[in-house]
Amino acid sequence: MKENMNQFAAVQALILTGFGINCEEEMAAAYRLAGAEATIVHLNQVLHGQVSIHDYDILNFPGGFSFGDDLGSGVVLANKLRYRQTPGGFTLLDDLREFIARGKFVLGICNGFQVLVKLGLLPNLGGNFQPEVTLTHNASGRYEDRWVRLKVNANNRSPFLQGLDSFEVPVRHGEGRLLIPDTATRQHILDQNLNCLTYCDATGCEVTQYPQNPNGADLNCAGLTDTTGQVFGLMPHPEAFLSLYNHPDWARRKRVNKELSEEGDGLKLFRNIVEHVASLPQRSASAPSLQSVETPLH
Amino acid sequence: MENHLHSIQLLPKPGIHDGDGQRVAEAAQRHLGLRTGRVQSTAVYSVRYPLTAQQLRDFAEQCLQDPVLHEVALNEFRRDPQFQSYILVAKGPGVTDDEGTSAQNALGDFLNQPLDTRTQHIFSKRLYLLEENLPPADLRRLAEELLGNKLINRFEVGPADQIRDFTPRPGTSVDNTTHTIDLNVSDEKLVQLSKDNLYALNLAEMQAVRAYYQLPETQQERQATGLPAEPTDCELEIIAQTWSEHCKHKEFSALINYRNAETGEEYQVDSLFKTYIKDATAEVDRQLRANGNDWLIKVFSDNAGAVRINDESLFVWKVETHNSPSAIDPYGGAITGILGNNRDPLATGIGGARLLFNTNVLCFGNPDYDGPLLTNQLHPRRIFEGVRKGIEDGGNKSGVPTVNGSIIFDDRYAGKPLVYCGTGAVMPMQLAGLDSWEKKIDDGDRIIMAGGRVGKDGIHGATFSSIELDESSPATAVQIGSPITQKLAMDFLILATRRGLIKCSTDNGAGGLSSSVGELAGISGGAVVDLEKVPLKYPGLRPWEIFVSESQERFTLVVEPGKLAEVLALGQEMEVELTDIGYFTADGYLDVRFANAPVARLNMHFLHEGVPRKLMEAEWQKPAAQEPILPPSLDYTDVLHQLLGSLNICSRESVIRQYDHEVKGRTIIKPLMGATGQAPQDAAVVRFNFESWEGVAVSNGILPRFGDLDAYHMSAGAFDEAVRQIIAVGGKLPNLTPGDNIFWSVNDNFCVPDSDFHPVTNPDGKQKLAKLVHMCQALRDATAAYCIPLTSGKDSMKNDFKADGVKISVPPTVLYSMTAKIEDVRRTVTSDFKQAGDVVYLLGRTYDELGGSEFYQLYKELGANVPQVRFAEAKELYTLIGQANDQQLIQSCHDLSDGGLAVALAEATFGDGLGTKIELTGELPLPAQLFSESHSRFVATVAPEDVVAFEKILGNKATRLGVVTNDNFLLVTHQGQLVIEADTEELRQTWTNGPVNQTIGFGEHVMGEGK
Repeated sequence: MKENMNQFAAVQALILTGFGINCEEEMAAAYRLAGAEATIVHLNQVLHGQVSIHDYDILNFPGGFSFGDDLGSGVVLANKLRYRQTPGGFTLLDDLREFIARGKFVLGICNGFQVLVKLGLLPNLGGNFQPEVTLTHNASGRYEDRWVRLKVNANNRSPFLQGLDSFEVPVRHGEGRLLIPDTATRQHILDQNLNCLTYCDATGCEVTQYPQNPNGADLNCAGLTDTTGQVFGLMPHPEAFLSLYNHPDWARRKRVNKELSEEGDGLKLFRNIVEHVASLPQRSASAPSLQSVETPLH
Repeated sequence: MENHLHSIQLLPKPGIHDGDGQRVAEAAQRHLGLRTGRVQSTAVYSVRYPLTAQQLRDFAEQCLQDPVLHEVALNEFRRDPQFQSYILVAKGPGVTDDEGTSAQNALGDFLNQPLDTRTQHIFSKRLYLLEENLPPADLRRLAEELLGNKLINRFEVGPADQIRDFTPRPGTSVDNTTHTIDLNVSDEKLVQLSKDNLYALNLAEMQAVRAYYQLPETQQERQATGLPAEPTDCELEIIAQTWSEHCKHKEFSALINYRNAETGEEYQVDSLFKTYIKDATAEVDRQLRANGNDWLIKVFSDNAGAVRINDESLFVWKVETHNSPSAIDPYGGAITGILGNNRDPLATGIGGARLLFNTNVLCFGNPDYDGPLLTNQLHPRRIFEGVRKGIEDGGNKSGVPTVNGSIIFDDRYAGKPLVYCGTGAVMPMQLAGLDSWEKKIDDGDRIIMAGGRVGKDGIHGATFSSIELDESSPATAVQIGSPITQKLAMDFLILATRRGLIKCSTDNGAGGLSSSVGELAGISGGAVVDLEKVPLKYPGLRPWEIFVSESQERFTLVVEPGKLAEVLALGQEMEVELTDIGYFTADGYLDVRFANAPVARLNMHFLHEGVPRKLMEAEWQKPAAQEPILPPSLDYTDVLHQLLGSLNICSRESVIRQYDHEVKGRTIIKPLMGATGQAPQDAAVVRFNFESWEGVAVSNGILPRFGDLDAYHMSAGAFDEAVRQIIAVGGKLPNLTPGDNIFWSVNDNFCVPDSDFHPVTNPDGKQKLAKLVHMCQALRDATAAYCIPLTSGKDSMKNDFKADGVKISVPPTVLYSMTAKIEDVRRTVTSDFKQAGDVVYLLGRTYDELGGSEFYQLYKELGANVPQVRFAEAKELYTLIGQANDQQLIQSCHDLSDGGLAVALAEATFGDGLGTKIELTGELPLPAQLFSESHSRFVATVAPEDVVAFEKILGNKATRLGVVTNDNFLLVTHQGQLVIEADTEELRQTWTNGPVNQTIGFGEHVMGEGK
């Protein structure tokens, strides 16, 4: 983390861990490979006021099984962010509102996406951070690890997805089925292109069937943004496809195409956001003082 | 309703699919033939905490309810009138309740209060409502067979208008007493005493204990230190645990008188472990070091073996079994197996290794068994499904990928299944400037217990796993796993060790504190523990119970007094409970107290060295065997389909996909690969980090059915199988060149039936022990031949299930779990064909060795010609394959095992709908060429432009078979005749729709569109 000698401050990604989150290392690797600085901290370091999210450009909720998913995936962690007060009397949700208002970015993957949905950050149509949709047990009733292809909504609002048409990623979840409770909510999501990612087949056509749509999600939806486009969450794991060699068919593809890039599709999302943040005009003013963070975890 | 006891019920909203309820209804019909009608599954949380009505409502609605999914009922059990009967599934008193704990966490956050974590305030339950009015006996059966385990759950059942609740109320009675036990009794009574108390000690051992207490110096010492002359209950428990087969490996250390009845040859084996494992590894290490390969760092002396990856890090590797617990509680047994095994590498040396992957190998009875079950025997399907779920939760919830495994079916595993759990981890060479693999302890260092609390669960696990299971096996031996508790402790340990706060650590596994403190005290020379300080899940444990309880997710940490405050502060920050329970000494005694009153005081030398040496008898009688006469004309296409659809060969995809095999983003070769994601692979490959391309290959060798013919060749074959799987993916044998630093690390795990001869209860014990001797001899020969060292291992000696006068014994089984360094994971090789036009080769030589084959199994024959490993030939071949891989000449490589060449060819087409055209020209009979399971062979493909270079290296070790084709047909000709003509898509269908995927069921959307 010390090699950044550029004249511009590096893009700073903060990655939360603890309480059963378990994809923090690959998430950090993704940002580092994309040229950002990544800092992993225990959620309690933020809740106890030792680390401020405002020192960072991108706040990340990785995958895992926070609190074992015992009350439904992401529920206990979301509850903690909504209710647990920092020494200053604020909740992390208060901080998050401000973070987003400052034009910064939030990413949630898998369990992190579930947290953002249950916390009401996604899709947040009403702007009041109340849960509007949910992620629940896959229609198959089981956890599965398999690779899927996602179609990117051409009108999506997320800088993570710029220039992407479709890409492959693994899904690894038991509770990834998006349920939208009513037609009005569904229509709002569609109208505003918040359903940024859709399960599709090899040709890029949206699919409802198992296993291409692995969980039976409404709208065949794999990911959402909020209306600002700054908050983005998805069930599949782009951080698990950083190199070609993560793909189950890498050996055959490499044999057939010797020029094939060694980078995985998933890394593109992280390159996108890092480039985007680096290009923002007002950024240099808010460059963080990383040295103030005493205890990055890794 | 008692004071402050509230209940919150979450019911599915109308129109929301109730998947859990539907699954229960379907399973009741399928497994038990019970028609339940619709089943509604509701969650119930009983809250024993003072809350106002408003607080209760707000907590329920804002923290527990998902507004999209649930309706909430407070302080009532709401039900639709259509439901006629109910089943309430609660947890028994003191049983780990993660869901309740999570709800309690949520309540603490919601109220912004630090809830007293010492008391359980919220109890989670499930209330199932059934449409049919089933009689209580049926409801109870459904509850016990499908919804829970009577050892850990409490059930209430009945008509739905009379729902009874059950909320655990742990006893508040405190019994701190320690009793003495009189050993001055007859031999008969000594044996009975051992049996009654589950000490699992034999007469000679009980007599040795008695003799210790009769020694004048023991008596003087006890008098001087305030201990009674007679042993205390706690002391006998400590001795029983320390001397248990599980902890002491008495049979692997025994003197064995061996006799070969056929040849008359006789000799004595002075410890199987020393002779065939430890000495063999020492010899391998000598050869390695002589050649500049000094990567073997720690073998057999810690929780896991350690080898050096490079100057910065160590690879730590451990495989263990958890058979007995899995037999009586499959889910709990498997999850605690995997979590327990995780703690071994975590707590090797100083501790704090980062877990890299899990593996598992499982042996079950046939899941389609439809005969009667013995008392307390669980159906093989139930064991299979429960174990599978345990491994899913144990791995997935810990964030450790399950990168490979194996499942073997044989009816002899229907009594006791075998559940092997393996974990690989990476540890820095140095932690805060110290050698990470060393365990150092000085007089005065503090003993800290970290992680979960202590309850009655798992009392006697160590002794229990050292005896045969029978119908009276104790309920308290069940352990409950909590992956989340362990994840928190693991995160803490990783950070604390890197900050130099921990001097060393060990895991609390079998034997609990007694084992962990007892073993660590061996380093400093003694310890003092005060059991009153140990945090309990609930009151009511007696001192000895606290000391030997195997409550899970606990570590014992050694901390220098000056670092104690910092350690405790970090624990608080990361919400991991740490308790200072005593200190290490150098006075030669293990000294256990309760509130400073003496509970146990044992001489360390007696405790660790005092167990009498066992003397055992082995006699080998070669079993009669002959080659079968098969039907004269066989349709080999049909035979191939039969093999692919057979229980031991068919696809395990439905199991594999429920394990997360790629969390951490480092898994390079997964269990299933190719464009289809359905081509089975040989070894898994995992890279160590994101900064380099170095990685490790992982494989499993296990071939129990060959043991029915010859235990030596079975063991040798299993070792070779694991080696060749690693060669297949591009691994290289060790020590071929000076200082090549290619580490190999092997764990051996023997699981055998009771092999201690007894004329009445175990009349064939000598034969069984002879088989074990042969297995160990093969192991020695294999390690020497390949120069591959063992680094750790385990033996499980009493894998028998006895009930109703019947004994089900496992076949003698050994698993070799192998790992090897891969220098560049990008250059590894997968099993599936890559491109039409590539040339197909058979590498290695086929022999007429159909004995024990899957092919013979189709005809219910065993045969006689067991496959043998020719080590010198094999080593030469593996070396040449390594040279070909150096030049990247091999496009695909699949090792030959179950089903022989024909099955390997078929599996190689599963990746991308390719086909192959093969001509067999060998001189052996056709069935042997197609289906022989001769070892040390591969199917490999080579690009046309590399054929010359490849053949130059492999010479006559490679036989050209044919080419890869585009037409998805597998065609095999022999002497001008087409002998197999199969559509590879159909072969893949047969394989995929085999009995394993039928049992577990494929994922599918069980209901229509969402809404």
